[in-house]
Amino acid sequence: MTRFLRENAALVAVAIAGIALLIGLPLVLDLYTLLQVTLYVIYAILALSLAFIWGYGGILCFGHSVFFGLGAYGYAVSVINMGDSTLPFLIAIALPAVLAAALGYFMFYARISDVYVGVITLTVTLIFYNVVNSTAGPQYHIGEALLGGFNGMPNVPSLNIPFQPDNTLEPAGMFVLCMALLLIVYFGLHILLRTRFGRVLVAVRENEQRVEFLGYDSRLHKLIAFSIGGAIAGLAGCLFTAWGNFVSPTAFSVVQSAQIIIWLMVGGAGTLLGPVIGAVAISWLTVQIGTQQTVNANVVLGGILLVFVLLVPKGVAPMVTERLVPWFVSLRRPAASPRNVAGESKA
Amino acid sequence: MTPPLIETRGLVKHFGGVQAIRGVDFALAEGELRCLIGPNGAGKSTFFKLLTGQIKPTSGSVLFRGTDITALQAHEIARLGIGIKTQVPSVFNGLSVRDNLWIAAARHKEGKAITQAVEAQIERLMLGRVANSLTGQLAHGQRQRVELGLVLCGEPNLILLDEPAAGMTEEERGQTAELIREINREHPLIVVEHDMSFIRTIARRITVFNQGTILMEGDVDEVFSSEAVRDVYLGKKVAA
Repeated sequence: MTRFLRENAALVAVAIAGIALLIGLPLVLDLYTLLQVTLYVIYAILALSLAFIWGYGGILCFGHSVFFGLGAYGYAVSVINMGDSTLPFLIAIALPAVLAAALGYFMFYARISDVYVGVITLTVTLIFYNVVNSTAGPQYHIGEALLGGFNGMPNVPSLNIPFQPDNTLEPAGMFVLCMALLLIVYFGLHILLRTRFGRVLVAVRENEQRVEFLGYDSRLHKLIAFSIGGAIAGLAGCLFTAWGNFVSPTAFSVVQSAQIIIWLMVGGAGTLLGPVIGAVAISWLTVQIGTQQTVNANVVLGGILLVFVLLVPKGVAPMVTERLVPWFVSLRRPAASPRNVAGESKA
Repeated sequence: MTPPLIETRGLVKHFGGVQAIRGVDFALAEGELRCLIGPNGAGKSTFFKLLTGQIKPTSGSVLFRGTDITALQAHEIARLGIGIKTQVPSVFNGLSVRDNLWIAAARHKEGKAITQAVEAQIERLMLGRVANSLTGQLAHGQRQRVELGLVLCGEPNLILLDEPAAGMTEEERGQTAELIREINREHPLIVVEHDMSFIRTIARRITVFNQGTILMEGDVDEVFSSEAVRDVYLGKKVAA
């Protein structure tokens, strides 16, 4: 047990902090702030989905919002038709996963190179954006759900307790659900990355050809990872719609896709905690700048991105673990022997 | 009669108008160590790529123990036990040496057997001191050994080595030659190499490639004393 704690100290700390926030925040925050924090948590789940496929799978996805948007619309359309949110919740996860699997099949089995994968995903999200944008008018409906074109779909029902459509979640309940789902996704991905599948996926990112030489089907690994990432983004989309009772085509927009990439670059794409921090910090900052109305939010975000690309290219989380922690340790133990760096080992 | 371990029949590969491989009939027996030599552009690397399924031939076929594997994907061919060490070390630079070998061993092993196989290769390849270091930070010779470890962890039936001594010091070359002889006690090998003195220390039988075809095949002395071989390859080497 102590060995487990020692080896997983950071994970245990995250778990304790996560559960503390889950229980504590609804007790201390006012309603408005709690609603805002819930949104940040949803964005954090979205960030994790891209962190998994880009940071660990090495799949350059420039149009990640397509899965977010499909989850958002999938939930809206199905819950308006069904009333009970139980099945729509699952549809919102399954739909993007299926799209990701189909897209992934054509991209990875055709062995399309990284940059073109980026371009294709970007194009697909633009297609969805334009199609949904041009569905204004009563003739565009799926069942009872009017798609609403650029104006989006208002009055989308909130999530309810499974199979109890009259028992919808209040803001505090919604926060607890989102936070719990964030923890489940975070630790689920951690566990997945420790399995053979997860380790081979990271190896695919490092050197796809060598993975093939070792007898693994890299295409299948990428396809599964892409589909899992799509499912998680769909989950975030579903929560987003249920949170605001509203969805519009901006869920599919390029700006939305770019934002996720910025969260990852700021937080650290090769980690899971980094993107969570990046998503929360940048979203909070955007809201703060928006309320001040002194500077344009996009100018500040662009500036932050530039600073990170130039000065902290790996992002916040790797900088802390690779630079600040060793520096802090060396301060506390000045007489300690120098680190055994590879290449110096012969000396 | 047992079929050859690996065999090519009328293998042809065109890249646009360039004929990289022009009708190669090649066979390797179980347990053999074969060296492939030939000047630059002779088609040796293309031949390796055809054997491992990285590229598909224009015509002709590749057979492994009598079974046609021409249409198989690279990872399917690897699963048959054909391992390759490429010219530039193809390893997982961002992972530790131990994690590199883990990936290789985990393909066909489970649980503790993976760790045992990994530790055995670390010891065999003298990588103990750098086992937890990032592979990308190691010296060239060490990365070559890590790649060899990746191949060996897969328990191959045939190993292809593309210039295993490239970029090594004299001492490392000697160790590599010794290692290749040792590996050959358990595994058949095909070795592409440019270093003639290195070839002399390991080779018994040599196949000479020139302009996409097999110029000749024979034992070391036979090949080294051949006028034709000297003309296309060794002659230039000696003159240089």
